[in-house]
Amino acid sequence: MKNIALTVNGEKRQAKVEDRALLALVLREQLGLNGTHIGCDTSQCGACIVHLDGVPVKSCTLFAVQAEGATITTIEGVAQDGALHPLQEEFREHHGLQCGFCTPGMVMTALDLLKRNPAPSRAEIRKGLEGNFCRCTGYHNIVDAIAAAAKRMRP
Amino acid sequence: MIPHGFRYTRAASLAQAKSLLKGEARLLAGGQSLIPAMKTRLAAPSDLIDISRLSELSFVRAEKDALAIGAGVTHHAVSVHPDAIRLLPALALLAGEIGDPAVRYRGTLGGSLANNDPAADYPAAALALNAIIRTDRREIAAAEFFLGMFTTALEEDEIILSVRFSLPQKASYAKFRNPASRYALAGVFVARTAKGARVAVTGAGPGAFRLPEMEQALEKRFHPSALEGIAVDESLLQSDLHASAEYRAQLVKVMARRAVEACL
Repeated sequence: MKNIALTVNGEKRQAKVEDRALLALVLREQLGLNGTHIGCDTSQCGACIVHLDGVPVKSCTLFAVQAEGATITTIEGVAQDGALHPLQEEFREHHGLQCGFCTPGMVMTALDLLKRNPAPSRAEIRKGLEGNFCRCTGYHNIVDAIAAAAKRMRP
Repeated sequence: MIPHGFRYTRAASLAQAKSLLKGEARLLAGGQSLIPAMKTRLAAPSDLIDISRLSELSFVRAEKDALAIGAGVTHHAVSVHPDAIRLLPALALLAGEIGDPAVRYRGTLGGSLANNDPAADYPAAALALNAIIRTDRREIAAAEFFLGMFTTALEEDEIILSVRFSLPQKASYAKFRNPASRYALAGVFVARTAKGARVAVTGAGPGAFRLPEMEQALEKRFHPSALEGIAVDESLLQSDLHASAEYRAQLVKVMARRAVEACL
């Protein structure tokens, strides 16, 4: 067992973990942040995506000990002071989710996409979502939501 | 899925990593192949030595007629690095098409080569660009490095430090991806160099390989039409639930043609 220190959504957190504990499980079961979902558990679906030191990673494919000392943002850290992020609002507005299982990963991926490319084409949005699977509605409304958010977030 | 237990050490230096790399210990860089293999218990190392933060493995550098890339450089970093885009745009594009964005932020060049997955993208580029794999003890030519499925010339305790890719006059990579895994069902890297054309295939066989017949045809005339009528030997290719050898042979021909077209 190792003691690890993380900054999660702006707060200093500690956890005592086995070396083999995956970050996704530590976030959910030890830190109580179950907005991060575990879907396929085989590094494909992207439901477990969180930001590690500012970039999206699959937390089911990362041991928590690898993140020792790192800064992590989960879906719980995206809204500020109780107000949804514009991207979250556009997911709601455009019906960009049905069951909601993939949504946390979709949002975390889309945040990075819009940081790198503030005005993506629809094709670029779809390419950016290659590591995120939605099994309810398909991707049409998700692309709409991200395109609308991009427009709103541009200065 | 929970892997077997192991001891994790974050290496503070290359020397420390070397001293710990014994027996069933394994290096951990991005972990995008190793961790899934551990979760399904196809791999069960006793120790993981995390080399992902070693600065000496993390550089992209222009050399004489070559681009050198540290083993620890992520696919994302290669895809956006100004020197990679300027000197070897085909490699930057290849790196930007590996897996998906989250995988590219973690996965590394050294990890991809050391793992030698038969459907990985980098091995095709290494073969076509006459790469030299520099390790902690020697330099290995790509032609001698890849020894078949998940097998390389690396010693058990050998560490890849960097890779030197020769700069071609023109190069391009075309791949047909499995839509779910995004691994190559067939990927073809074509390089036009002062010493002739080089064509390397990944995804289609048990490991990356070159196609001398196509190379000779392209040396006579570097044009997609030069590839017409050249057969790809299906007996060298894989058949599995994703594609038959016959289908892969056809994909290799089409990807080779597209890659040559993109070089013109």
